[in-house]
Amino acid sequence: MILFQLFLSFLQIGLFSFGGGYAALPLIQSQVIELHHWINMTEFTDLITISQMTPGPIAVNSATFIGLKMAGIPGAIVATLGVVLPSCLIVTVLAYVYLRFRKMSLLQGVLESLRPAVVAMIGTAGLSILVTAFFGQEGIIAMQNLKIDMVIIFIVALFLLMKMKQNPILVMVLCGVAKVIIYGISLI
Amino acid sequence: MKKKLIKLFLSTFYLSAFTFGGGYVIVTLMKKKFVDELHWIDENEMLDLVAIAQSSPGAIAVNGSIVLGYKICGIPGVIVSVIGTILPPFIIISIVSFFYDLFAANPIIQALLEGMQAGVGAVIVSVVFDMMQGMLALKDPISIVIMVAAFIANYCFNMNVVYIVLLCALYGVLRTIYKTRRKAV
Repeated sequence: MILFQLFLSFLQIGLFSFGGGYAALPLIQSQVIELHHWINMTEFTDLITISQMTPGPIAVNSATFIGLKMAGIPGAIVATLGVVLPSCLIVTVLAYVYLRFRKMSLLQGVLESLRPAVVAMIGTAGLSILVTAFFGQEGIIAMQNLKIDMVIIFIVALFLLMKMKQNPILVMVLCGVAKVIIYGISLI
Repeated sequence: MKKKLIKLFLSTFYLSAFTFGGGYVIVTLMKKKFVDELHWIDENEMLDLVAIAQSSPGAIAVNGSIVLGYKICGIPGVIVSVIGTILPPFIIISIVSFFYDLFAANPIIQALLEGMQAGVGAVIVSVVFDMMQGMLALKDPISIVIMVAAFIANYCFNMNVVYIVLLCALYGVLRTIYKTRRKAV
């Protein structure tokens, strides 16, 4: 019974969270805390923190975390399947329509207008991440909050990516290691 | 086909395991992997697929791998790439939830993750720079207006991305109808 409830709840979360990432949070909150009382608000906050510190979408992370807590590994599997199932069906149908009908002038017109907006939205996400990285979690842009070491790491990373054409994942890991070394030096 | 599926699984698994910082990061990494490195799809197709992933419900990372999987290997591709994408967070969250208190309090792990934020920012900036150059090369003033307007709406006014996608789509429909009408006259 709990497995079925987990599946149904996360199916709804997967179906109605448009916009990705944080768009899923209010839905998770209403299903998991308010409706079913599977976790409390403190655990929910912990869950968001875990999601920020680990790879993977918040919705998938929550499904695994809550499923595990409520019904062990089977719960985690059922909840995770529930959260991705709506995407699998809807996105596959849209991809089919796109690949089949993209020569149509109407669809082409729509996509031409969408492309610049997609570039802008990716840019926005990048800017938000940089503001957090440079000025801390609150994102208050002021000189006294500026973390000089992070700016230097960013500039070096950008140089490695754009001029040296290095592997992005390697560059990201190097940035993390650089910060650990700076932290180590600050302890001495 | 079998070789391609294995490659697809390994690629999505690898990308998903290293993607800190939300859906757009994995989309940019997918672009580097599938467009620049493997040449399985071209850049315009990638942007269209991102638009589909973005305007559908669910996580962008999952949606992105569904469209790519479908484009590259059909339905088997969808299944393989979805499993590849959800397996790393599934395993990691399972492990982390057992050691959560220790993990969150460790200053070395905190420093590592903080440094990686700067790296993630640099990856996105370099990809957006490439894409913007492609956009500017078209010399289409309307595209530039859309790009700037979408940025202002999204960043300054926190407008929901669903509305931005719907508005741009609506504009595309109207523009196409207007163009075909004018040709017909």
